[in-house]
Amino acid sequence: MTALTGAVVPRKYLPVLVTAGLFVAMFIAGGARYEGFFSTQVVLNVFIDNAFLLVVAVGMTFVILTGGIDLSVGSVVALATMVAAVLLNAGWPPLAVIVVVLLIGAGLGLGMGCMIHFFEIQPFIATLAGMFLARGLCYTIGTDSIPITDPAFTAAAQTQIGLGGGLWISPSVLIAVAVVAIAAYVLHQTRFGRTVYATGGNEQSARLMGLPVARTKLGVYTISGFCSALGGLLLAFYMLSGYGLHAVGLELDAIAAVVIGGTLLTGGSGFLIGTVLGVLILGLIQTVISFQGTLSSWWTKIFVGLLLGVFILLQRVITTRKK
Amino acid sequence: MTSAAPILQLTGIGKQFPGVTALDDVDLRVLPGEVHALMGENGAGKSTLIKVLTGVHPADSGTILLDGREVSFASPLEAQNAGISTVYQEVNLCPNLSVAENILLGREPRRFGRIQWKPMRRRAAERLAALDLDLDVTAPLSQYSLAIQQMVAIARALEVQARVLVLDEPTSSLDTGEVEQLFKVMRNLKDQGVAILFVSHFLDQVYEIADRMTILRNGRREGDYPTGELGQVELIAKMIGRDLAELERLEERPPARTTGTLLQADQLGRTGGIEPFSLTIREGEVVGLAGLLGSGRTEVARLLFGADHATGGSVTIDGTPVSLRTPQIAMTHKIAFCPEDRKADGLIPDLTVRENVVLALQARRGWTRPLPREQQAQLVDRYIKALKISPADPEQLVRNLSGGNQQKVLLARWLILEPRLLILDEPTRGIDVGAKAEIQRLVAELSDGGMAVLFISAELEEVLRLSHKVGVLRDRKLIAELPNDDTLTTEVLMQTIASGGRS
Ligand SMILES: Nc1ncnc2c1ncn2[C@@H]1O[C@H](COP(=O)(O)OP(=O)(O)OP(=O)(O)O)[C@@H](O)[C@H]1O
Ligand SMILES: [Mg+2]
Repeated sequence: MTALTGAVVPRKYLPVLVTAGLFVAMFIAGGARYEGFFSTQVVLNVFIDNAFLLVVAVGMTFVILTGGIDLSVGSVVALATMVAAVLLNAGWPPLAVIVVVLLIGAGLGLGMGCMIHFFEIQPFIATLAGMFLARGLCYTIGTDSIPITDPAFTAAAQTQIGLGGGLWISPSVLIAVAVVAIAAYVLHQTRFGRTVYATGGNEQSARLMGLPVARTKLGVYTISGFCSALGGLLLAFYMLSGYGLHAVGLELDAIAAVVIGGTLLTGGSGFLIGTVLGVLILGLIQTVISFQGTLSSWWTKIFVGLLLGVFILLQRVITTRKK
Repeated sequence: MTSAAPILQLTGIGKQFPGVTALDDVDLRVLPGEVHALMGENGAGKSTLIKVLTGVHPADSGTILLDGREVSFASPLEAQNAGISTVYQEVNLCPNLSVAENILLGREPRRFGRIQWKPMRRRAAERLAALDLDLDVTAPLSQYSLAIQQMVAIARALEVQARVLVLDEPTSSLDTGEVEQLFKVMRNLKDQGVAILFVSHFLDQVYEIADRMTILRNGRREGDYPTGELGQVELIAKMIGRDLAELERLEERPPARTTGTLLQADQLGRTGGIEPFSLTIREGEVVGLAGLLGSGRTEVARLLFGADHATGGSVTIDGTPVSLRTPQIAMTHKIAFCPEDRKADGLIPDLTVRENVVLALQARRGWTRPLPREQQAQLVDRYIKALKISPADPEQLVRNLSGGNQQKVLLARWLILEPRLLILDEPTRGIDVGAKAEIQRLVAELSDGGMAVLFISAELEEVLRLSHKVGVLRDRKLIAELPNDDTLTTEVLMQTIASGGRS
């Protein structure tokens, strides 16, 4: 039997396939139930509304693949919107603002990575500290929502890139897709990426194998910080405001997306495409609930909760059967 | 040859762990083109010396000269870059990665930063071919047995163009053919002037391959000797500081005082695991299982312990049919199973020796009835003494024990249950000669006391010495069941395996 499943689909692809199947099933079920659901634009809208989450979840995937976790992403996103809004209002050129925001994100990530690696602090704790720090910094900048009026940012918010046939996406989607493509390449085609998997598989062994575990761990938290900042910029494009209360709880959405995408929380196993599907599923649940119209948005949480439960059980079954 | 300048010279190496002096003023000289054996009991400090040399642990004192230049490595990576390639004790690879990645990651062929998968797979396959192995290099490593993983680890070490190759118990899971293959490769490297530092508890292997040896005892150096000038008996005496003869003197095994049948398996089998077999185990009997790696020895054990589901056949214990669906059920029938892979299936490295030892006993009592601390301490102390676990500290973390001592802790966990049937899968893997004799004696004692033992070992001598009856396996099939009388020798066993039992 093992030989059979092994031959048809290698077991490692199983969680991703289940996620993909679920996505298709949800889409078809939605299409059967709601008028106007069954269209490409609905899927594109999911992308448009969740581009920032997708970028953040990509960073989270790197971290989780090494067996770590990054709780700071939501706060870093908020901080990014805040810094961007303030600097733009102070008259900085948009490009400089973008560079500064990305550097701040990457720097915060690197700092947490150092805490985790050099002082051997649990990732959960180190990034929890980072989460409070970044959120706190938001409020030292300002407690109110700061509108963004910069023309470049508003253009990014309002541009519709036509795909023909009346379909369109926002520039943010392009950026998110590019991030996914680059990240997938890095994870599967480069030494750094494979070392990420090795570290998650067995950190001790990876070190004894002579792999640069230290650099890799610092790298993934830096990437996660960078992705959070970039996600923050995309959110700023989307909301056209900076606010300390943006993206509250986003870290949990990102973790949920990664887990639903079939990546093991213990590290070493998972695919970026799974994360993309995870984000799409989260987005699709919201879409379904808005189409339904009568359900309260709390149902989103309930569905996500159920899904998470199912997926964690599934992972459990798959990993124990492997033995 | 002795006139050549040493490629590696360690002087006055000291290393302390909290509460333990692992190394005390140790010297080691390895010449180019020699196989140098590092010998010593479990916990003597062999692995620690290797880890200090290769930058896993910093040394507390002493100097390391590589090719005459002083070096001090901060990580295994630096040691590797300086030309020291190491296979550490226990397989240290990433089970989630493919075989090819495990061999080449860190040195994979790249173009513009992109991994060249095709050449990478080819190179990995070539490396394995040199070890006479033909694997699917794209499959995850976790699919393969411990022995193959060990070979893959060796292949990885051979990938580096090393001047010094360090092998810490590389052969503990290998069978004779694989060991021969490894030795062939080692001789080859030796001819090219590579220095090889080799650790093994198999004395025959050491005498076959090593030119010189350095003996450690309790973290101190006993001396170094050309292999030819030191007999086995003297070597053992130097390693353990007393005579082995008294240990080895296992009385002629008395015939099993077979009071009655304990367990009877009838056409028990598992599709894809092992073909249906019938086996009777009597009280007080030691049943040995012999066969090559992958012949189904472990599968038999796992079926009898309920770790795998049988797809056919039946088992009776004391004449009553039982269904051994789970290990818990097997445990209530007083069956205990000490598995082969202590890392994956057994020990919890972050718990103490005491906690690891009482784990199974506590599980059997149920978690609502905790074992009193005092009783725990007593029991654990008894087994620490019986098995000579060192350091003899029940509160030491298991991760800090040497490999052989970890194995003893695992053994203690199951002995403490006082089972009626004890299944031992390679219990002496990685255990030094003294402790091995100790464990063999313990098995003999237990069986004299009425316990039945199913004893699995790759070493036929050991199986023969202990068993009353030997089951021979081949290709996942029990092909013969031979009473251990005077006519049964290792040759007969090997022939039976080779002929497939049709003689
Ligand atoms: N990380 C550690 N922390 C504390 N003590 C340790 C640590 N590593 C090893 N030790 C102790 O150092 C001593 C030497 O251990 P080492 O692993 O070098 O033995 P060894 O000679 O390789 O034995 P074996 O043949 O069993 O592998 C042992 O007493 C062990 O308990
Ligand atoms: Mg050792």
